[in-house]
Amino acid sequence: MHKLIGKVLLLCLLMLPVIPGNVSLAAPAEKRGEEFTEGHNEETTAHEAEEQTGKFNPGDFMFDHIKDAHDWHLMSIGHRHISIPLPVILYSKNSGLHVFMSSKFHHGHAEYKGFHLETSGENKGKILEADGTRPLDLSMTKNVVAMIFSIVILLWIFLAVGKRYRENPLKAPSGIQSFVEPLITFLRDDVIKPSIGPKYERYMPYLLTLFFFIFINNLLGLIPIPPGGANLTGNIAVTLVLALFTFVITTISGSKDYWTHIINTPGVPAWLKLPPLPIIPLVEVIGIFTKPFVLMVRLFANITAGHIIAMGFISLIYIFGQMAPALGYGVSIISILFNVFMMFLELLVAFIQAFVFTFLSAIYFGMAVEEHHKEHHEVEHA
Amino acid sequence: MDLLIPEVGTIIWSLIGFSITFFILAKFAWKPVLKGLKQRDESIEKALQAAETAKREVSQLQSDNEKLLAETKAERDKILQEARELKESLLNDAREQAKREGHKLIADAREAIKNEKAAAIQDIKRQVTELSVSISEKILMHELADSDKQREIIEKSIIEAKLN
Repeated sequence: MHKLIGKVLLLCLLMLPVIPGNVSLAAPAEKRGEEFTEGHNEETTAHEAEEQTGKFNPGDFMFDHIKDAHDWHLMSIGHRHISIPLPVILYSKNSGLHVFMSSKFHHGHAEYKGFHLETSGENKGKILEADGTRPLDLSMTKNVVAMIFSIVILLWIFLAVGKRYRENPLKAPSGIQSFVEPLITFLRDDVIKPSIGPKYERYMPYLLTLFFFIFINNLLGLIPIPPGGANLTGNIAVTLVLALFTFVITTISGSKDYWTHIINTPGVPAWLKLPPLPIIPLVEVIGIFTKPFVLMVRLFANITAGHIIAMGFISLIYIFGQMAPALGYGVSIISILFNVFMMFLELLVAFIQAFVFTFLSAIYFGMAVEEHHKEHHEVEHA
Repeated sequence: MDLLIPEVGTIIWSLIGFSITFFILAKFAWKPVLKGLKQRDESIEKALQAAETAKREVSQLQSDNEKLLAETKAERDKILQEARELKESLLNDAREQAKREGHKLIADAREAIKNEKAAAIQDIKRQVTELSVSISEKILMHELADSDKQREIIEKSIIEAKLN
């Protein structure tokens, strides 16, 4: 285990050279935040007149960033919002399928085909029909576009790497190959092989895809300019899908011993397993679902928290800036320093969360495929 | 709170996106990568084993060589030793023989000298006898020319014989 932790730390250290690029990108983040806020203030005056006009609201500021959106907001100058419109795909029970660009809504100012973009309240940012119900929304939102971008990067990197291995596997790794190879061998030798055991090779493709998908998206989420900066791995729908994959694979590959262990746990007195109080099978069955659930929540919470903290530090600038402009400038220095520090921490978190998700998935697969032996149980439950 | 409620659209998109990524990567990236890594591991393993074998062979060869060298050295020493001994014995033999030859030669020489001496003495004796006979003859002839003298001699010889 110590060896494992050491390797994780080493890999994190190896990633440090990547940081300067991101740090220099951290500066635009502040800038973007500034303009974003101005735009937001404008929005507030326009649409939420009942609220205190012109007052900076850090909660909205943060959650607008963290949540998904139908357009990719770049900046707002005065009353003008500059954003990339994204395709909206809707299926309405009343009027069927609709495909159009989100720019048709004019940031919520206009209705289109009987749909409108809600700008406040419970359904803020969602598309509603005229009667206030929600159509089936299959739009390519900010997160979907960010995911497609990350997939393009993933395919670009790994198809190139795969080609090199196909051409000459015995050659020493070079270029991007030498960056991903240690990660792959680390995952194979220190994570997947020890967790799953001799049948590990079947699970390698899924676990490697999982790791790099989460890792790349975590990293892209740290880059504050499009197409980075989307909170994809901090979106509960995305983490739900990833956890679902792990759940389905675990359940499918469950051996006879795995199910026996759940229904008739060895080494437990019979009265705990039989009606009227079959508490152990009950707990075990709940455990089947809590394991992926925990995976889902962990990744979502960690990445979202990172984004919230980063946005929180930026919010501080505006909160103090509204008291006195000079105070805002002063605080911005501290905020930026804290943000740089958070960036470093988030780089670590980006790796650790991808690693943990993969590691735990591998452990669940290992539990599912493990062939128990009688004496093994006695030792385990002694 | 809608942060915690998954959107159906996002679920569908990420299902599609992740599945496609998974299948493409599994087929075109992970398969060759894992195969390549395995192949490389095996080739490294093989190379290491070959190196180990070669090392063992070399050390075997080296020890063989050393053994051979030691044997050769021992043999050389033995041969030298033998040669020395041979030389020693040859020398001794030669010396011995020379000594013996010398002694024999000396002995022969002595013998010859003795013989020669004896012959010479014999010869001398004979010559002395002859000489003395001829001298005696001459003396007798000269002495016995006078009858007085003959008498005198006879008498003298009788006297001498009486004295004896």
